[in-house]
Amino acid sequence: MNTSSYSNIRATLAITKASLRSIFRNPSGLVFSLLFPLIFIVVFANIGSGGVTVDVGVAKGCDTLNPIYKALQNAKVVNLIRNQNADQMEKNLSKGSIDAILNVKKNGGNWTVYPPLSALPKARYNVQVKYTAASADKGGILKSLLNSIFFKIGEKTGAFSSIATIKETTIKGREYKYIDFILPGQLGFSLLNIGVFGTAFVFLSLRQTLVIRRFFATPVKRYSIVAGEMLARVTFAMLGSIIIIAVGHYAFGFTLVHGAVTVLSMLFLAFVGLVIFMGFGFIISGIAKNETTVPPLSNIITLPQFLLSGTFFSTSAFPKWLQPISNALPLTHLNNAMRKVAFEGVAITEVGHELLILLAWGIVIYAVAIKTFKWE
Amino acid sequence: MATQPIITVNNLVKRYADFTAVKDISFEVYEGEIFGLLGPNGAGKTTTLEIIETLRDKTSGSITVDGFSIDTQANQIKKRIGVQLQAAGYYPGLNLIELMELFAGLYGNRIKPIEMLEKVALTDKAKAKYKDLSGGQKQRFSIATTLINNPRIIFLDEPTTGLDPQARRNLWELIRQIRAAGTTVVLTTHYMDEAEELCDRVAFIDGGHVIGINTPDTFIDQLVATGFERKKTVKQANLEDVFINLTGKEWRE
Repeated sequence: MNTSSYSNIRATLAITKASLRSIFRNPSGLVFSLLFPLIFIVVFANIGSGGVTVDVGVAKGCDTLNPIYKALQNAKVVNLIRNQNADQMEKNLSKGSIDAILNVKKNGGNWTVYPPLSALPKARYNVQVKYTAASADKGGILKSLLNSIFFKIGEKTGAFSSIATIKETTIKGREYKYIDFILPGQLGFSLLNIGVFGTAFVFLSLRQTLVIRRFFATPVKRYSIVAGEMLARVTFAMLGSIIIIAVGHYAFGFTLVHGAVTVLSMLFLAFVGLVIFMGFGFIISGIAKNETTVPPLSNIITLPQFLLSGTFFSTSAFPKWLQPISNALPLTHLNNAMRKVAFEGVAITEVGHELLILLAWGIVIYAVAIKTFKWE
Repeated sequence: MATQPIITVNNLVKRYADFTAVKDISFEVYEGEIFGLLGPNGAGKTTTLEIIETLRDKTSGSITVDGFSIDTQANQIKKRIGVQLQAAGYYPGLNLIELMELFAGLYGNRIKPIEMLEKVALTDKAKAKYKDLSGGQKQRFSIATTLINNPRIIFLDEPTTGLDPQARRNLWELIRQIRAAGTTVVLTTHYMDEAEELCDRVAFIDGGHVIGINTPDTFIDQLVATGFERKKTVKQANLEDVFINLTGKEWRE
């Protein structure tokens, strides 16, 4: 008999440890949650870096001496076209043989004496970009690239900078590589698999093999069992995310604008996404009759998100009627948030819109999960 | 034998939507005895056991285990009992040592896993997975998990079903050792020779009712007193004796 006080934390951690051991010994789980995403990254990073170029027509009268233009010139992914007239450009844009038309105008650049800083126009340049529905995915790449350029310039030009220093700090060309697109998507895919398949299988099998029943004969609390399993999956997913990000960064030059801070922001997003995906897993474990019904049910959840959430292609490349569907899926918003944080370098507070949608998903899913979850 | 009751079951009823599994059962288990619940399949043995083990809700009746009420102190009871379930599995992918560590965490007891395995002669299987054990080894492991919290009472639901005669005898020996160490044992079985050999007292359950509680000897004597005779003359040995004699007593696992 145990006279010392019972520790729920110790019981929870015992389950976490057991679950982690089990996860690392389950080859199919490892394949889906780590190996597949890494293979996709390797394959697509290699295809992507050689293949994708964004053809950008430069409008007549476009200011070509500004840092934004220079950054685009240095970006390998961008091909600037200057030998077409306005009519040709419009035509080609509508066909999609060029992907965007760019026009940069200088604001308030005619000062002969520098005005006080407060008098300087907030936006130094007026950048006009015309995208085309014919080439929405490449337009998306340009958009992201421009965002990151604006960010970088904004970051480098402190309060006392002059235009001259802007020229000096012209970015070396933060190239938008396909890896920058594919990695967040694969990270989302990995989280989706760990969350949905992993959780659904483990709770169904613990229930069916009466492992849970044996647990209930011990003083362990129910929430300890759930918390222990969730903690194991969170730990595993964080490790997996770090591996995926590290491989992407060191092997394929995945862009991490703020280094470690960006990684931490991505891990935070990964955590949020995983918790939501685990909710799907709880629901499936509750409604699945046996282990053979888990894969089809899980695929109903994971496949549409895998295909429609911008894992491989930008969702803006999808036909109009499909876009509302992809915009409704949680993985879409996780992917968007990841890309903004990783490549555009925005702070976690600036992806509030995405987080809010994910939060709404979380509330709905866990409300359903609480209704459908079965212990025995 | 001590006659202090450690489990008291009074007027236990368990009704499901379409049938009543347990109909007004009452009995006591004495401290330090090996108590057998006997009866055909579907008699309500496992249901009764699982209610006492706090795993199933009762419809009505009262139960106290080691002085604690099942209604209000289930958690105290869980800390004082060890439970071996019929056909329960163990956490997938873990070896025996790791499973022992898991249960130590669940019970909140600090144990040396290898010492627990030693008690049931499974030290050579320490790194094996539960699913790779033989039937007898699985049962011995299950019993080892019931001992982690150093319980006052252990419950064994058909511990010897499906075992060969050697493994069965070995398990009897293990159960006797556990009792000798001061633990009360409650078990169910379909084997009357086992109950006769092992149990201090048995309760016969049929159709959700207790139809008799006594020592095996008393039951047999009562039956003989009614003039009952076996159709075949009893020989000095039976076929199981022949089996053990021919194949030896040592473990075959």
